[in-house]
Amino acid sequence: MQLTLWTYEGPPHIGAMRIAASMNDVHLVLHAPQGDTYADLLFTMIQRQDARPPVSYTTFQARDLGGSTADLVKQAVSEAYERFKPKLLLVGESCTAELLQDQAGHLGQTLGLPVPVVPLELPAYSKKENWGAAETLYHLVRGVLADRAASSAARAERSPGTAPRANILGPTTLGFRCRDDVIEVQRLLEALGIAVNAVVPLGATVADLARLPDADFNIDLYPEVSRTTASWLKRTFRQPHTTIVPMGVGATRDFIAEVAQLAGVDAAPLLSREQPGVASFGASHSRLPWYTRSVDATYLTGKRVFIFGDASHAICAARLAREELGFEVVGLGTYSREFARETRAAAEAIGLTALISDDYLEVETAIQAAAPELVLGTQMERHIAKRLGIACAVISAPIHVQDVPARYSPVFGFEGANVLFDSWVHPLVMGLEEHLLQMFRDDFEFHDAAPPSHLHHTTPLASRSAASEPVTAANEAVAVDSSDPELLWSADGERELKKIPFFVRAKARRNTERYALERGVRTITVETLYEAKAHFGR
Amino acid sequence: MNDLAAVARAVRLQPQPVLRERGQREVFCGLTSIVWLHRKMQDAFFLVVGSRTCAHLLQSAAGVMIFAEPRFGTAILTDRDLAGLADANTELDRICLTLLERRPDIRALFLVGSCPSEVIKLDLAKAAERLNARLLPRVRVINYSGSGIETTFTQGEDGALKAMVPLMPATQDRRLLVVGCLPEVVEDQFMRLFAELGIEPVTFLPARRAAELPGVGPGTRVLAAQPFNGDTVRALIARGAELIPAPYPFGVEGSTAWFTAAAQAWNVEPAHIDRALRAPVERARTAIERQRPSLAGKRLFMLPDSQLEVPLARFLHRELGMEPVEVGTPHVDRQMLQAELPLLPASVTLSEGQHLERQLDRVRASRPDLTVCGLGLANPLEAEGLTTKWSIELVFSPIHGFDQAGDLAELFARPFGRRARLAV
Repeated sequence: MQLTLWTYEGPPHIGAMRIAASMNDVHLVLHAPQGDTYADLLFTMIQRQDARPPVSYTTFQARDLGGSTADLVKQAVSEAYERFKPKLLLVGESCTAELLQDQAGHLGQTLGLPVPVVPLELPAYSKKENWGAAETLYHLVRGVLADRAASSAARAERSPGTAPRANILGPTTLGFRCRDDVIEVQRLLEALGIAVNAVVPLGATVADLARLPDADFNIDLYPEVSRTTASWLKRTFRQPHTTIVPMGVGATRDFIAEVAQLAGVDAAPLLSREQPGVASFGASHSRLPWYTRSVDATYLTGKRVFIFGDASHAICAARLAREELGFEVVGLGTYSREFARETRAAAEAIGLTALISDDYLEVETAIQAAAPELVLGTQMERHIAKRLGIACAVISAPIHVQDVPARYSPVFGFEGANVLFDSWVHPLVMGLEEHLLQMFRDDFEFHDAAPPSHLHHTTPLASRSAASEPVTAANEAVAVDSSDPELLWSADGERELKKIPFFVRAKARRNTERYALERGVRTITVETLYEAKAHFGR
Repeated sequence: MNDLAAVARAVRLQPQPVLRERGQREVFCGLTSIVWLHRKMQDAFFLVVGSRTCAHLLQSAAGVMIFAEPRFGTAILTDRDLAGLADANTELDRICLTLLERRPDIRALFLVGSCPSEVIKLDLAKAAERLNARLLPRVRVINYSGSGIETTFTQGEDGALKAMVPLMPATQDRRLLVVGCLPEVVEDQFMRLFAELGIEPVTFLPARRAAELPGVGPGTRVLAAQPFNGDTVRALIARGAELIPAPYPFGVEGSTAWFTAAAQAWNVEPAHIDRALRAPVERARTAIERQRPSLAGKRLFMLPDSQLEVPLARFLHRELGMEPVEVGTPHVDRQMLQAELPLLPASVTLSEGQHLERQLDRVRASRPDLTVCGLGLANPLEAEGLTTKWSIELVFSPIHGFDQAGDLAELFARPFGRRARLAV
């Protein structure tokens, strides 16, 4: 039993719903009690879909538990077929139905419907939403390609003179910016002369699934959802797949090189213009390299950033933050346990220990301890950051309605890098403004509790305060009492502490007190403060 | 007008026929009522014993309103708990104790049963007993079920309140007990009006603090503020209380009849009742009148949601001139609706339960001017050219009583107002 206040991922059947709702002619029947229909509103409200997700529910009640629940399944599957005439039916169970052991998927298969019925096993007491999505996509693809896989019809070699073909795997509804990322990736492929064979599952049909083996390779764009399927296609049809997610300029360049190599085409149409290290507008398809080299961006240097999300977006965000914006990554983590290994490796490479957790409170504690100036996270971290008074941008699902913007806003590819530059830099105080704040920080009108002038909303940044009490409400009291009753701050020591920028003040205070305690110093003076600073090197 | 019950008797003597449907239900389960229950009882924590689905439902229904640390959570069952119930009980105790250690402000812990906990027959009553032996008097542990296999949406509140009835102290005193969760602003207005009418003492279930339960006994007169607390009312009756039958306090008519019914039980002079209610009635009439032009003559279709449908349809029909085509409700509780059902027009289809697809066929066939439905359906129906109103707002907004009557009417008028403004 696990106490949960907020959850990053829903149960696995939500993942199955995301696959079905992404496609055009698939219907999902869920053996589920009354109430599980709440999930429909995720699609119609957060994603603003103008049609119900293609999902029917058996809605069993306590009085059905005597034994007629299996009949409800058969009835619901038959009715769903009759009414919606899908090309394929998925049949699965939500958590409660799993306990009834009605074998809903099997029951659906026995009805003799004229379309394929793919049973799903979604173990709700051990797995979660992304796993459910990955597994559903895998069984769906396997179900459709069963015959071709059995005949082991080796993929026909591409005849010379025809364009290489790729499948784009993994974009779903309720994923992060999938709608626009697919367009961005398609543009890259087009520039390289690679044809898109199928995009799966977003906007796909069952016929598209049947054509998957016709491609030369797969783009594993959202590994949390598509890795299982991409691996199976590789094993079965010898289709290689990409390993790089094109988020950030560097990653996009690497992705292009990888794709070109898999397709056997020249990457020059895109990469010839990319000039790493060159400071000018023309040095990249993206504006990020020049913007980040423009002098105003100097103030971004060493900004402390905490990153948490699904593994793919979090790992990419860490690279972009460090290499392309010059931030200091002070925390990196994921709720995707399936990709814990990759995340740990990425964190280790930059001297951090990855936070692998789906416990919201643990993430909040870690953010507080790291005292970042910017949090890149999910909808959950948006709330944590708001409460702590830290700037925040969302980089990963779970999302809320504002993460499905009306405008074109990919995060992958060159345009995606532009979007990320804007959306990560915007919440921070602008460069020149920051200098002024530093210069005039003791003036009564310019104290650093004043919110950045380019942000018209006034509430969340109240913590940029030195004069009034800063990050403290949620954090810890600064310069009032020490955390240890044995310790005292002298008046001058306290004054000096207040001069330290608010975002590292809590850490400076902690370090100084630790230093004092270790050395048996009872009263912390200005001297102690600077001795500790020298000792800890910051 | 003061005696709506008499109007009701004159209007129709035959019981309303009910279209009973079974099939897919597009409704929340009883757990959802935790979203408002926990805000009402500020010393209470609601711990759902269930699955990740339960946790996901709660945060989705709450619109992912993230509070620092909410006073509700889910003890998520895992494979290990399913393998051995003995371990599950130990685990549950551990979670409760850890939770209460971290939250010393909590005085009442509600253990809320869910679909999976009911199916595996995890005995939460026993768990509550076990925990009470350790925790009383500092914390009381109470259990009820909010499972979808047994309860629909607002029935969760009924379950929670019913579970508190045996804990209420016994009293012989004459008192009014208002049953149903009300926003504080409404509760305060009601207290002032009851005082003006000379009715006292007045108590509320739930009270603002779960640890401060009102008394109940033969002198208690129960006035239901919500139509969905039937089981609670019957449990109170079993403890000697007496129900004052009345329509619900929506709109001028409903509110007048509701307060009048209470006043009559207290033998208040009719002239005094009129005097006390005159000003609020006038205010409410003015407020409602403003919305009438956009609603009068409009055809209304209500999908089942909160059990508020029947009294709201009555209000919209009698005071705003709307024409209900179908009023769907999860459950028709004839005892709780005895003063309401006769006030619906004979032309309306009253449906109970749901077969979603068939009901949507009826919606499409009748092309109502306004469809009241849940969040999962609103946008898809708008895309079919139908004007909709989210029913969830009706349980999250203050809508009871004279001074909210105008707001209540405005909730239904808003979709028309918006459509009229837009030119794209």
